[in-house]
Amino acid sequence: MILPLRLENVSFREILKPLSLEIEAGPSTIILGANGAGKSVLMRIMHGLLAPSTGSVSWQGNDPGRSQAMVFQRPVMLRRSAYANVSYALKVAGVPAKERERLAAEALDEVGLRQIAHRPARVLSGGEQQRLALARAWALHPEVLFLDEPTANLDPGATREIETIIKAFDAAGTKIVMSTHNLGQARRLGDEVLYLHEGRIVERAPIERFFAQPGTPEARAFIKGELPWV
Amino acid sequence: MLYITLLDDPRLWQIVALSLAVSLSAVAIATLVGMPLGAAIAVGRFPGRQAVIVLLNALMGLPPVVVGLFIYLLLSRAGPLGELGLLFTPQAMVIAQTVLVLPIIAALARQSVEDAWREYEEQLRSLGVHGLRGALTVLWDIRFSLLTAVLAGLGRASAEVGAVMIVGGNIDGVTRVMTTTIALETSKGDLPLALGLGVVLIAIVLALNAAAHLVKEAAQRRFG
Repeated sequence: MILPLRLENVSFREILKPLSLEIEAGPSTIILGANGAGKSVLMRIMHGLLAPSTGSVSWQGNDPGRSQAMVFQRPVMLRRSAYANVSYALKVAGVPAKERERLAAEALDEVGLRQIAHRPARVLSGGEQQRLALARAWALHPEVLFLDEPTANLDPGATREIETIIKAFDAAGTKIVMSTHNLGQARRLGDEVLYLHEGRIVERAPIERFFAQPGTPEARAFIKGELPWV
Repeated sequence: MLYITLLDDPRLWQIVALSLAVSLSAVAIATLVGMPLGAAIAVGRFPGRQAVIVLLNALMGLPPVVVGLFIYLLLSRAGPLGELGLLFTPQAMVIAQTVLVLPIIAALARQSVEDAWREYEEQLRSLGVHGLRGALTVLWDIRFSLLTAVLAGLGRASAEVGAVMIVGGNIDGVTRVMTTTIALETSKGDLPLALGLGVVLIAIVLALNAAAHLVKEAAQRRFG
């Protein structure tokens, strides 16, 4: 177990003001906020891609290693088959060749890409590529999965497919930490909301309460402003 | 008529074959060494990196005669590698052309990998890929774009005359290649032979480039 994840007085240049928070196992956490609020930077700091300017990030277990994974808004696929993209990630993680085959096939099954496992990844549609990114991140059954606006570039149909997969991962016991500016998606997938405004966490609340009774004027304005596009 | 008799001449085809063997060998060695070298410089972060990049780019403009002279001194009987007895052999020509082609391939690969790295870095680091493995992964992923770097190297090797002339000696039947023959025949006044060889040389270069282009196009359609 690597959770909880603790951030203490973490800031990043001018983008994130010093903040402290703890991410516990269990409820899926939605990081909500407008473009430029600092969602992506916060996720990258938690995932370990960015070092904070100040403060510290610590996991319960010492080395998060492959117990946590991330899916980006724009997945980068290698010029090889869908299957090979997943098995590459497994190889990097040190999984023996025999097991790679089984785990990759399972992960591709999970996201419904088994039939096109041998197609080159780069010629798949945007939605299929994002499902492949989910399979690649999921293949090792991470304890925590970070998702940075995973459906921002997708049409409604592909978005639904992605959401279904994320729900399945959640049900399988993976902790979901997802950023989005889509309120409908936050409601469908989230248990709690971290609302980020101009580099500050201005509100953290269970999802129902956040939408029913937002505790801050910024959150109220955001919900009101965003609703017409849900 | 002249060209027909020229094309019938077995000595001509010996010259063409040697030219191809020398240049393709040099390009192959330079590719094997230069590509990983360029990728490592692209992805690595070390003191003096900027200076290395400037130097590598500058080496693309190495004058062939100077490289030829340098290799000549190395391989000549009194030189440090004189005991190998390589001077005036095709191997010496391969060495000289490799020195000329290596910076071109490494510098162009460095630029391509560095550009691609911006796209790949975050994803690869997220997967836990670091250092040389990241460099080689990107290098393999953009391999079809890198054909252009190989072609630039091949262009340099097949066109140059100064280096192979100095270290090969243009010995008939041993180290005579197309460019040295053209230079020789021109100075002897046999312009039709020189011109004929020039046409053959250009045709070969064109054919190699066309083949590489077809491979690249097919691969891009296939892999995206």
